[in-house]
Amino acid sequence: MNSLMDQLLVLVMLLNFLGLGTSRMQVAIRTVAFQGVILGLLPGLAHTFSWHLGMITLGIILAKGVLIPWLLFRAMRRVEIREAVEPFLSYSATLLLAAVATALAFVFAAKLPLAPQHQGLLFVPAAIATIITGFLVLTTRKKAITQVIGYLILENGIFIFGLLLSQAMPVMVEAGVLLDLIVGIFVMGIIINQISREFSSIDTSRLTALREER
Amino acid sequence: MFLAGEGLSPSAALVAAGILLTACSGLPGLVLARRDGTGQKIATLLMVAGSGLGLAGALNALLTGASARYVITGGFLVVGGEWGVDPLSAFFLIPLFLLAGCGALYGSGYFPEAKHPSAAPRLTFFFGLLAASVALVFTARDALLFLLAWEVMALASFFALTTEDHRKEVREAGLLFLVAAHMGTLVLFAHFSLLKAATSSFTFPGAGSLSGGTAPAAAIFLTALVGFGFKAGIMPLHIWLPSAHAAAPSHVSALMSGVIIKSGIYGIVRVTSFYHTPPAWWGMTLLTLGIISAVAGVLFAIGQHDLKRLLAYHSIENIGIIAMGIGVALIGRSSGSLPLELLGMGGALLHLLNHALFKGLLFLGAGSVIHAVGTREIDLMGGVAKRLPLTGLFFLTGAAAICGLPPLNGFVSEYLIYLGLFRGVAGIGTVVTSGLPLMALAIPALALVGGLALACFVKAYGVVFLGVHRQESVTQPHEAGLSMLLPMGILALLCVLIGLFPQGGIRLLEPAVAGWFPVSAGMATGVTLPAPVGWITVMGLLLIFFTLAIIPVALKKRPGGIAGAVTWDCGFLRPTPRMQYTASSFAATLVDLFGGMLRPRRHRPKISGPYPEPALFSSHVPEVVLELLYLPLLKRGNELLMPLRRLQHGQIPLYILYIFVTVIVLLLLAP
Repeated sequence: MNSLMDQLLVLVMLLNFLGLGTSRMQVAIRTVAFQGVILGLLPGLAHTFSWHLGMITLGIILAKGVLIPWLLFRAMRRVEIREAVEPFLSYSATLLLAAVATALAFVFAAKLPLAPQHQGLLFVPAAIATIITGFLVLTTRKKAITQVIGYLILENGIFIFGLLLSQAMPVMVEAGVLLDLIVGIFVMGIIINQISREFSSIDTSRLTALREER
Repeated sequence: MFLAGEGLSPSAALVAAGILLTACSGLPGLVLARRDGTGQKIATLLMVAGSGLGLAGALNALLTGASARYVITGGFLVVGGEWGVDPLSAFFLIPLFLLAGCGALYGSGYFPEAKHPSAAPRLTFFFGLLAASVALVFTARDALLFLLAWEVMALASFFALTTEDHRKEVREAGLLFLVAAHMGTLVLFAHFSLLKAATSSFTFPGAGSLSGGTAPAAAIFLTALVGFGFKAGIMPLHIWLPSAHAAAPSHVSALMSGVIIKSGIYGIVRVTSFYHTPPAWWGMTLLTLGIISAVAGVLFAIGQHDLKRLLAYHSIENIGIIAMGIGVALIGRSSGSLPLELLGMGGALLHLLNHALFKGLLFLGAGSVIHAVGTREIDLMGGVAKRLPLTGLFFLTGAAAICGLPPLNGFVSEYLIYLGLFRGVAGIGTVVTSGLPLMALAIPALALVGGLALACFVKAYGVVFLGVHRQESVTQPHEAGLSMLLPMGILALLCVLIGLFPQGGIRLLEPAVAGWFPVSAGMATGVTLPAPVGWITVMGLLLIFFTLAIIPVALKKRPGGIAGAVTWDCGFLRPTPRMQYTASSFAATLVDLFGGMLRPRRHRPKISGPYPEPALFSSHVPEVVLELLYLPLLKRGNELLMPLRRLQHGQIPLYILYIFVTVIVLLLLAP
C-alpha cells in the first residue's frame, strides 16, 4: 500500500514539472486536473474504506478532475485566450528553479520536527515541492488564468499536507475546502472575463493602475 | 454574555443599563421611515433615559464610595474582560451622561431628521454609540476591553464628526482626526504591552500597587503620556483638535470637547494611580506640558475668527489647566505631601467636570448662533443678543465661567489648583523637595491664562452678541427652540450652582480623589479637601448682591435715560454695520505681541495711485504646530522613504514573489 502511495506522490511531483514546463494552456489545465484526481485517490489508499471516505474521494475527483477544469476551459473560451502561456522567466529557467526547490524540499523535510510515525514519508517533501511549484507558477506567469492554475497547484500542495495531519479527514472540513475552491475558481473566471473586457487583455503585468503615485 | 459573581451592585447595574440604552438608541432610526422623525424622537428618548440611569448609577457610586469589579466571560462574538464602576470612573461618567443626554436633546432640534433625512439617522446612531463607548472606556478594567472601547470611540467620533461630509474641510478634519487617533492607539498598544510585562496580566492593577522608580515604569508613563496625550490634546499633540471640533455638528463638538478629550485625561489619571512612588520628573513633565498647553492654547484662541475653532483652542487651554493640576498632585505624591496631592487632583478633576459643563454650554450656544446666523465666521456676526436673548445669556454664563471668574464654577476649580501651587511654593504645612521653581512659574502662568481667556471671551461675546448685525441676510436670526434651550439652561444652571455652592461638587469630588490614592493609605473612608469652601459661597453671594445693588444706582445717574444712536462717525454720512470693531482688530494687539509664536498671516493688497481699486485685506492665525512642525517633518520623511515606493509597483506576480520569498526565508530560519 505504502509503495503505491509513494509512487503516486512521485507522479504528483513529476506533474508539477509538466505544469510548469508546458507552453500550452490546455496541457497545463489538464495536468492540474490529473494531479487533482490522483490526490483524490490518496485518502482512499491511506485509510481503511468507509462510506464517508468514499464520498470524499468522489467529491474531490469530481470537483478537481471535472468541475474546475470545465470552469477553466469555459473561461478560456469566453475570453479567447491564445494557447501560449507567456512567462516572465523562460521555461528552462523556471524548470531549473523547480528542480532546485524540489531537492531543497527533501532537505528541509528531513530537518522538520515531525511526529515519529510521519518521518521518512514522502508526504512532506511532496507537499512542500508542490507548494513551491504553485508559487513559481503564480510569480512567473503573466496571464490571469495561469495564475489561477498556480493557485490550484498551491492548494494541491496544502491538500497533501492535510492528508498527513488528520487521520481521517472530517468530511465537513474537506467539503468546505472544496466549496471554497470551486467558488474561488468560479469568481476568478468571472473576474478574468471582466478584466479581458475592460482592458482587452488579461496580461496582469499591465494591471498597475492602482499603485500609489510616486 | 453574562457577568460572573453575585449579581450587579445597584450603581453598576444602573451604569450598565445606561450604556446599553445609549448604545442602542440610534438603531430604531436606522430602519424606520426617515421623513417623519420618529426614529430621532425614539433615539432622543432612549438617550435621555439611558443618560438618566447612568447618571443615577454614577452618583450612587460616588455617594456610597463603593467600587465593584466584574468578570465578563467571553463567548461567541463577545469579548471577555473585567468591567467595573469605582468612584474614579463614576466621576468621569457624570459629565459624560450629562452631556450625552443634553446633547441628544439638543441634536433633535439642531439637526432634525425632517431637514436632513439621510444624514440625521446616521448622526443619531453614532452619537449614541459614541456615548456608550466612552462610558465603556471609563469602566473597562482590563486592557483588551479598554482598547476595544477606545477604538469604537475613535470610529464613532469619526463618523459623527464627518456628518456633513459633502464639505471638503469636514472630510479633511475627519482624516486628520483619524490619523491622530490611530497614532495614539498605536502608542497605547505599546503602553498596555509594557503594563502587561510589568504586572503579568492584562487586568488593570489596583491603585498604588506598583513601584514608580523603575525603568519600565518610566516607559509606561511616557507611552501613556503620548498615547493619551493625543486624545487629550496636550500641546504638541493637539493638531487634530481645532479642525475636528470646528467641523463636527455642535452637540458632537460639545461631547468631544467635554468628554472625549477627557478620556485621555482619564487614562493619565488611571495610570498614575497605579504607582505609589512616582519620581518627581513625572509631575514636573505634566506641569510643564500643562503650562505650555494652557498658555499656547489661549493665545491661539485669541487669533481665531471661527467661533468653534476659538472654543476648540480653549479646550486645549483647559486641558492644560487640568494637566497642571495632575502635575501638582504627582509632585505632591513624589514628595509625600498630602495637601498638594489633594488640592492638585481635586482641582484637576473638578476643573474637568466644570470644563465639560461650561464648554458643553458654549458649544451648544455657539451651535444655536450658527444655526440662526448661518455662518461660523465671528466677523460676519454681531448683535445676536438682541435676537437670541436667552442663548446670549447662557453663552455669557459659560464665557464668564471659562474665564475663571467668581461666582461661577470655573473659579472654584482654578482656585483649588492655585491653592495647591501656593501651598507648594510657600511650604505651608508641607515640604516639597523638587519642582519648586516650576511651581513658582506656574502661578503667574495660570494668572496669565485667566487674563488672556478673559480678553478672548470679551472679544468673542462682544463681537458676536453685541453691536449691530453685520450681514444683510434675507431671514432674520431667531431664537432657538425649547429642545435646544433646555439643555443649555440645565448646563448654565449647573455652572452657577457649582460656582455658588461648591460643597455639593466637592462632596462628589472627594470619593473620586480618594480613588486615586493607594488602597493601603487608608483613604477608603474618604478625604477632605483642605480648602475654605464656605468662603467661596459667602463671597459669591456678596458679589452678586453688590452687583445687583450697583446696577440701578449706575443707571439712574443718566438724566433722560439711555439714548440709542450710531457711534460718532467722524462726520461720515453713511455708516454701515461693517464699520464696527471686528474680532481681528480687537485681537490684533495681543496677536502682534505674541507674533513670534502665533505667526499670523496677513494678505495685504497692493495699493497704488491716487484712486486705488477696491481691495481686500485678510489675516488669519494658522495651526502653527501642524504647519511648521508636523507637515515639514512628514514631508521630509516622505522624501526619505521615497526609494521604498519602488516596492509598491503594482505588479501582481511580484507581490506574490514577496510572499514566496518570505515563506522561503521563514523555512530557512526554522530550526
